[in-house]
Amino acid sequence: MKLLTCPINGTRPLQEFTWGGEYRVMPDPDQVSDEEWADYVFNRNGAPGIKKEWWHHTASGIWFIAERDTERDVVLRTYLYSGKDE
Amino acid sequence: MPLRLLRFALSRRHPEPRMFTERDKLGKTYDVVIIGGGGHGLAAAYYLAKNHGITNVCVLEKNYLGGGNTGRNTTIVRSNYLTPEGVAFYDRSLKLFEDLSQDFDLNLFYSTRGHFTLAHTDSAMRTMRWRAEVNKHLGIESEVVGRDFIKRMVPEMDLECSGHSPIQGALYHKPGAVARHDAVAWGYGRGADMRGVEIFQKTEVTGIDVENGKVKGVGTSRGYISTRKVLCAVAGSTPRITKMVGIRTPIVIQPLQACVTEPIKPWLDTIIVSGSLHVYVSQSDRGELVMGASVDPYEIHSTRSTLDFTEGLCAHMLDMFPFLSNTKVNRQWAGMADMTPDFAPIMGKTPIEGFYIDAGWGTWGFKATPVSGETMSHTVANDVDHELIHTFRLSRFKELDLTGEKGAASVGH
Ligand SMILES: Cc1cc2nc3c(=O)[nH]c(=O)nc-3n(C[C@H](O)[C@H](O)[C@H](O)COP(=O)(O)OP(=O)(O)OC[C@H]3O[C@@H](n4cnc5c(N)ncnc54)[C@H](O)[C@@H]3O)c2cc1C
Repeated sequence: MKLLTCPINGTRPLQEFTWGGEYRVMPDPDQVSDEEWADYVFNRNGAPGIKKEWWHHTASGIWFIAERDTERDVVLRTYLYSGKDE
Repeated sequence: MPLRLLRFALSRRHPEPRMFTERDKLGKTYDVVIIGGGGHGLAAAYYLAKNHGITNVCVLEKNYLGGGNTGRNTTIVRSNYLTPEGVAFYDRSLKLFEDLSQDFDLNLFYSTRGHFTLAHTDSAMRTMRWRAEVNKHLGIESEVVGRDFIKRMVPEMDLECSGHSPIQGALYHKPGAVARHDAVAWGYGRGADMRGVEIFQKTEVTGIDVENGKVKGVGTSRGYISTRKVLCAVAGSTPRITKMVGIRTPIVIQPLQACVTEPIKPWLDTIIVSGSLHVYVSQSDRGELVMGASVDPYEIHSTRSTLDFTEGLCAHMLDMFPFLSNTKVNRQWAGMADMTPDFAPIMGKTPIEGFYIDAGWGTWGFKATPVSGETMSHTVANDVDHELIHTFRLSRFKELDLTGEKGAASVGH
């Protein structure tokens, strides 16, 4: 991957972006045990696959979602976060 | 050596026996199955046989021995870490490394060079002083040195770094060394093989059979094996294996790239690391400059390499060594680094009985090959975590008891 498409700014060189890690739903800290909270904070799904990730267009400050195959390093699509946890 | 050559010439057996026996038939049951024929898996097999008398062991390697991160790393060995636990652990490894050529009767080209971690800022100097004090307290040869000392030891370096980020001083670690990585894997493999361990290349683990929280067996591309103990030593493939047994870890895979230049006349006899410039370099016996930088900035499960990397690396190399501007880069490659949030490994027992993990070696695990083999074999043989690896247990995350190695492990290797 050398280019990435920001939903607002269009296709730009990868150097302009920062990876924000896999998209995850945060549990309610008041509702979960310490162990579940630690699991959310530290553990990750490190196995390969098509993953939904946060990316940041550094120059303009736009955060968005990319669906990427982590084995082939190919982005399938990018879009703005809807605001609702999915 | 000449004597050995002569003996070989007169011998009736040509070629000499291979480094280890090529077997074609997988056994039905083993006391211990080791996944991963990198340095770590082979070292664990070696010490299981040598220190614990456990020889009904197989090592399964999906590709060829040492073809993972072991054969891709820049081979820096040092023990000037930041936490007392880290220092004690890596120092044990260094001691084992120093005797390993004798132990194996195989030349590992272990070469003590002296290791500089350059500081370009006040805050970096502060970390160097902190590390030096921790190190000295624990009996490690490690000291903060000034520009004059660096100038004397590495006269070719431009201490001003082209004016961008002048060097203020460095942490100097005299025992810092490099070694021949393949030979480390082969030495452990041969030693294990000689003691009865069975090594299988081109054999992939495809599943792990767990019943009532206990390991029962292992599925492989060559058939099923029953066993009660499995050691997972697969570095960049760790999340694929832990997924098979349903264990969650913080490990994220990021590629780490490296490259070498064409061979040039020897001029660099130390190891130079700059955290600020994201470069480390040593010169191999063949005269190539062996160079690396930090991990790629996002998760990828492949060993692709990029032009970005060589461009960035070379720019920083030229800041330090402008005279290299006409030197060509010959080869570049990548390994899959298994990164952890606290830059320390994950070792020992897991919630699954009989499933042991040796992972989270990221960009720093080559130097730990001997000590991880020694401590993991102890852990597997006795089903108790070795005392040197207690800090590195998987449960530290849920106990919010992380280690603090980032300052010493991130770019430094
Ligand atoms: C470019 C680079 C530079 C580095 N520089 C340094 C350095 O200077 N100093 C330092 O100390 N460390 C360094 N490291 C880190 C070091 O290389 C590793 O931490 C270390 O080699 C890990 O060894 P290992 O035996 O655990 O893993 P590996 O050598 O990766 O072995 C794991 C093996 O498991 C096999 N495997 C995976 N999945 C399966 C399966 N399902 N079934 C069977 N087999 C499987 C793989 O094929 C592989 O051969 C560097 C790493 C890289 C990539």
